[in-house]
Parts: sequence; C-alpha cells; structure tokens
Amino acid sequence: MPDSPALEVRGLVKRYGGRAVVDGLDLAALPGQVTAVLGPNGAGKTTTIECCEGLRTPDEGAVRVLGLDPRTQARELRPRVGVMLQDGGLPTSIRAADMLAHVARMYADPRDLGELTERLGLGSFARTTVRRLSGGQRQRLALAAAVVGRPDVVFLDEPSAGMDPQARLAVWELVRELRAEGVAVLLTTHLMDEAEDLADHVVVVDQGRVLAEGSVADLLASADDRSLRLETRAGLDLDGLRTALGDGFAVAEAAPGTYVVSGAVEPATVAAVTAWLAAGDVLATRLSVGRSTLEDVFLDLTGRDLR
Amino acid sequence: MTTTTADRRAHAGAAPTWRRVLAQTSFEARAILRNGEQLLVTVVVPVLVLVGLTRGTFVELDTGGASRIDFLAPGVLALAVMTTSFTSQAIASSFDRRNGVLRLLSTTPLGRGGLLAGKVLGVLVVELVQVLVIGAAAVVLGWRPDPAGIPLAAVAVVLGTAAFTSLAMLVAGTLRAEAVLAVANLALLVLAVAGGVIVPASSLPGPLQHVALLLPSGALGEAMRETLLHGVLPPWSVVVLLGWTAALGWGAGRLFRWH
Repeated sequence: MPDSPALEVRGLVKRYGGRAVVDGLDLAALPGQVTAVLGPNGAGKTTTIECCEGLRTPDEGAVRVLGLDPRTQARELRPRVGVMLQDGGLPTSIRAADMLAHVARMYADPRDLGELTERLGLGSFARTTVRRLSGGQRQRLALAAAVVGRPDVVFLDEPSAGMDPQARLAVWELVRELRAEGVAVLLTTHLMDEAEDLADHVVVVDQGRVLAEGSVADLLASADDRSLRLETRAGLDLDGLRTALGDGFAVAEAAPGTYVVSGAVEPATVAAVTAWLAAGDVLATRLSVGRSTLEDVFLDLTGRDLR
Repeated sequence: MTTTTADRRAHAGAAPTWRRVLAQTSFEARAILRNGEQLLVTVVVPVLVLVGLTRGTFVELDTGGASRIDFLAPGVLALAVMTTSFTSQAIASSFDRRNGVLRLLSTTPLGRGGLLAGKVLGVLVVELVQVLVIGAAAVVLGWRPDPAGIPLAAVAVVLGTAAFTSLAMLVAGTLRAEAVLAVANLALLVLAVAGGVIVPASSLPGPLQHVALLLPSGALGEAMRETLLHGVLPPWSVVVLLGWTAALGWGAGRLFRWH
C-alpha cells in the first residue's frame, strides 16, 4: 500500500470569531512526494497546516496523519511527524547547536547531528545564540529541528522565507532527499518557483478553499498555453484589438502600460497585434510571446487585486 | 546517504518519557540560571534582602522572641520561591508562547504534558540552588533552623511552587508578553511588601492581616516560618495553597492560549 495517503484532510473548516478562515478544504499528501499548498497571504495555508500538526482543533471536517487523529492520537503521532513553524518557534536565548541537540534528545535515535549541521550549513553559526541569527539562518535551524527525528511526514510552513539563494538551494536539496527516502513533505509557500521546482503536487488555495490542484504540468496545461505580453503607454482603448483578434483571445491591461493577450497565440496573432499598434500610431517598447507560468495560472485563479 | 522507509522505521520513535522530561528540566533550569537578569532576581536580590533586613535596623520587627535572622530567613526563602515559580516562570513562558517555542516543542515527542512537567521540575531545580545559596548566607549570618522543620519546609516549598507555577501559567497563557513583564514584577513587589511573605500577616495593618493569610504568598510565608521556627506545618496554609493550586490550575488549563 505505497500509495495510501500520509495525510488526508476532508471538509476542513476553521473559524476565528465566526469568520471561516478555512472553509471546506480537502487535501491529501502521499509518501515520497512533495505537496505544495500555494496561496496568497491570508488564504488559510497556515491554519490548515496547524490543524494537521495538532496545534489547532478543526471546527468541522476530519484530519488524518498516517491514519491517526493529530488531536486525540498525538502521542503515537508526534515521534513520526516533523514540524517547521512559520514563526520559527526557536528559543532565542540559547546557541543554535544547543537548540538542535535539545530537540534531538526527544527522539530514540535521531539523525546524526554533525551530518545535518554540515548539510544545512549550520556550522558557521552553531555557537551563536538564536537571537543573533539572520532570518535565513533561523529557517535552516528550524528545518534541521523538523527532520532530526527521522519523521515520516514533514510539515514546512514557508520554509524558504528570508533565505538567500544558496541557503534555499541547500533546503531544496534536503527536501528532495527526504522525498527520495519516502517521506511525505507538505509545504506551504507563496513562491511560484518553489512550487514549480520542488512540488510533485500543487494545491492552489484561496479564501480557505482549494481552487485547483494537480502536478505543475497539469495546472499549466489547464491554462492557456501561450500569452503575448506588450509594453507601451498606459490606457490604450483595447476594443479595436479585441475586434481584430476575434473570439478565443482575452485582452487585458495587466498593469499600467503592460497588456496581455492570452489564448492560442499564432504568428497571425502577432501580426494582428502589430497592425493594430501601427494603425493607432503606438510604438511597442517591448513585445514577447511565451508560455504561461505557474504565476500566470496562480494570478488567474486568485485574482490580481492587492490584499 | 540515502535511507529507505524501512530503514527509517527501524530508527524512528520517541526517547523514553523520563529522558524527554529530564532533557526539558535541564533545559529550563539552565535557561534561568544562565540568564543574568533572572539570576539577579532569583538569587542576588533575596540574599541582599536577607542581609539588609538582618543587619539593618531600619525596619522594626516583632520577632516573637526569635533572633532576627531566624525570623527573616524563612520569609526570604518564601520570597525566593515566588521569584522562580511565579515571576521568572511567567515571563519566560509568555515570551516562549509569543515566539512559538511552546507550540514547536509541543509538536515534538515531548508534548504538552512533558513540557509542563519539565517546567515544574526545572523550577524545583532552580529553587534547590536558591535554597543552598540563600540558606548558606543565612547560616553565615547566624541562622539556626529547627532541624525537625526542614522536611516540612520542603513540603511547603513544593506546595507553594505548585500554586505559584499555576498562577504563572495562567498569566503567561492569557496576557501579552509585555503585559506579563509588568504584571509579574509588580505582583511580586506588592506581595513581597504586603502579602505576608517576609513580614508576617499578623504584623500587617488593619484588614490586610486577614487578607494576607488567604493569599498564596501569606500562606507560603506562614508555612515557612512555622516549619523552620517551630517544626510544625500549619494546616491552614496547606489548605490555602492547595485551594489556590486547584483554582489557578483549573483556570490555566481552560484559558491558556497557545497562539
């Protein structure tokens, strides 16, 4: 039964002061896979993951981690689950190495601390107190604490927040290794490239609900496969262009002066766009045709409004 | 070094309960003893209070025939117990709560129960250090406690620790960390002066006499003096301390917010 989910969430509802932050969410994570919960701030990602960690009690719905209830069967579950909180949760007054050693003492046979220290580059600040660490250093220490007990399931809440690119690569490398070892990894992120590079399965969440899910390839295939981006002066009247292109294309001013034509973009489409520009005596400063990225899919699903 | 799932299973699992609690106990005790401010409040201040009140004559004391140091040392030990089990624990736990430390540790095999056990035992370890240092200073100043009262005084310390740690958890689990910092220090000061700790309730003015006896501070101060001066543990103090422990523990259990 290699494919029975390590994590199963069904119909999860969590309300704060009557407002549903998580509103009927379903989620599954398989062993040996990285599952990314992708969503804007306030989408309910952290609340969902905290319900899985047993830190919050769901108002409705069921959560099963390795077949166990994280609230009532926490004692059996805790040795098999690794947790990295978004706000770190590291005691600030002790040295980094002492913190990791302390967490390791909770397990019968923890990972080798020297190897883990080297893998995540903790050695350079092992004797520094946690209070003095940079955000990225704290994140790496928190990740080490999450995996030191050889867990079967790892929950990582925004693991690469505040990390420099080198640290991020080291973290991604460790996550891939955990996957290869058969660990189920659930991570939340709002970084598109993190989800795109790392995740086997992406779940796009907003306002406490799942908007779309699948592999990165699935999500991209479900979107328009190409788009044309055009930069010129802001505030053009797009009706003429819409008429020229006909049905099957969406035209929008994504940002002032940046226009996106999405649909089945063909050479003739580019010719129609440039002809429309010439007719209006408008000079494009930049014109590009490219595949949709996960970011396009994400913004299409969650909207472009700032919140 | 790639391991397989079966390989990982073979190494997985929690350390035995006693080892987890022992690790947390030493973690908590070291956190207090390594922190300069905490050491000042828990050890240095009580010793200064002891020396000042014993040698100084600026405070009139009705010692009931006992020597000044025999009368003062039990109260200062009660004060020391309060600094560790209440003030220092409330402040440390509230900041740990704000920083997510309590949540993170509760997801490890330690769990919430182990975390609480480690905190209480860590407090008792620090109190042992306090009793040794303050007791030694008092003996140098001429303190001669009733030997029969020493085991009973240890019982009083444990009962007082239970009541004040419960109060610390209630405060730390419900108020913001900055508010706890203010409340815990202020409460210690008020209780030390008017709560029947160093100055017995019977010497306090007016209705405070009766109020102080009902407070955990007055009950602990009374219990320490009676055991170490006369070798008896007053039942009333035991009832008051157990009552506060039950009420505050129940409140902390219900109201403690982990987020």
